[in-house]
Amino acid sequence: MGWIGESIESIKSLQIRQVLTQGVSLGMIVTSALIIWKALMCITGSESPVVVVLSGSMEPGFKRGDILFLHMSKDPIRAGEIVVFNVDGREIPIVHRVIKVHERQDTGEVEVLTKGDNNYGDDRLLYAQGQLWLKRQHIMGRAVGFLPYVGWVTIIMTEKPIIKYILIGALGLLVITSKD
Amino acid sequence: MHSFGYRANALLTFAVTILALMCAIASLSDNLNTPSPSAQIEILNINWFQKQPHGNDEVSLTLNITADLQSLFTWNTKQLFIFVAAEYETPKNALNQVSLWDAIIPAKEFAKFSIHTSNKYRFIDQGHNLRSKEFNLTLHWHVMPKTGKMFANKIVMSGYRLPEDYR
Repeated sequence: MGWIGESIESIKSLQIRQVLTQGVSLGMIVTSALIIWKALMCITGSESPVVVVLSGSMEPGFKRGDILFLHMSKDPIRAGEIVVFNVDGREIPIVHRVIKVHERQDTGEVEVLTKGDNNYGDDRLLYAQGQLWLKRQHIMGRAVGFLPYVGWVTIIMTEKPIIKYILIGALGLLVITSKD
Repeated sequence: MHSFGYRANALLTFAVTILALMCAIASLSDNLNTPSPSAQIEILNINWFQKQPHGNDEVSLTLNITADLQSLFTWNTKQLFIFVAAEYETPKNALNQVSLWDAIIPAKEFAKFSIHTSNKYRFIDQGHNLRSKEFNLTLHWHVMPKTGKMFANKIVMSGYRLPEDYR
C-alpha cells in the first residue's frame, strides 16, 4: 500500500506546482502587456499612445478601424497637423486636422480650429456650446504613424462583448492547459 | 508539444511578425525618396475686404495655385493632403496660420496641377490688423502612407500684401 500513497502524493505535489507555474505565466503575460502600454505612454508623452479611428470623418486618409500612433511633444501645434482632442461634455476623443492657428505673442498660448478632411464644415458645431477655439489642454496628442485595419479587433470586441469573453476564455484555457 | 494549438500559435505568431516587419520596411523605404516639389501661388484678385460687425477683418481672395508634387509619391503613399495657408504676425499674435484652400491628391497623375480658385475657408483675422498687412502664403503637404510614418513639409512664398483700405 505504501507505493500507492507515495504516487498519489507525487501527483498532488506535481499538480500544485503546475498550477502555480501556469498562474505565474498568466501573470507574466498580463504584466508585460501593461508594461509595454505604460512604457509607450512614457515615451510618447500621450495618455493614450494608440487610438482607433471610429468615424469616417477623415476618409479617405483614415478609415474606421485604422489605428494611429500619437505623440505629444512640447513643440507648438501648427496648421495641418492631425490632432486628437477631447471636447468638454464628450466622452470619445476626436481625430481631426488643424486648419487655423493663432498663437499669442505674450503667453504663447494657442487657439486652434480643426476640421475633418471628409467633413464639409469646420468643427465648431462639435465643440462645446459657445466654444470657438480649441486650446492646448484639449489636445491629447498628434498623429505621427498609421496602421490600417488593426483597430477592427477592438471595434468588434467593444461592439460584440460576447466575442471578447469567448476570446479571453479560450486564451485563458489555453494558457492554463498548455504544458510545455 | 506538437499539438494543433501549439502549431497554430506558432504559425500565427510568425505571420504577424513577418507582417509587422514588412510594414516597418515599407515605412522605412519612404526615407530613400528625396522629393523635389515645386509650387507657385499668385493672388489674382481681392474680391472683397471688410471689417465684420464684431470687429474682425475678413478678406476674400482669388488664387492661382500651380504645383508639381509628383516626386512626393512613393509606393507606400496612399494620398497627399495639401493646403495653402496665409501666415502672418500681428501685435496680439506671434503667429497666425489661416488655411485658405485644401485638396486631397489621390494619385501621382493628379499631382501636377494648376487651379484657379477663391478661398475655400474664410480668411478672418483675430482682430482688425489686416490692412496693408504683409503675409506669407505657404503650401503645406502631408504625405499619408499606406502604413507607417506620416511625412509633412511646406514651401513658403513670401512678399504678399493686403490693400490699405477696405473695399
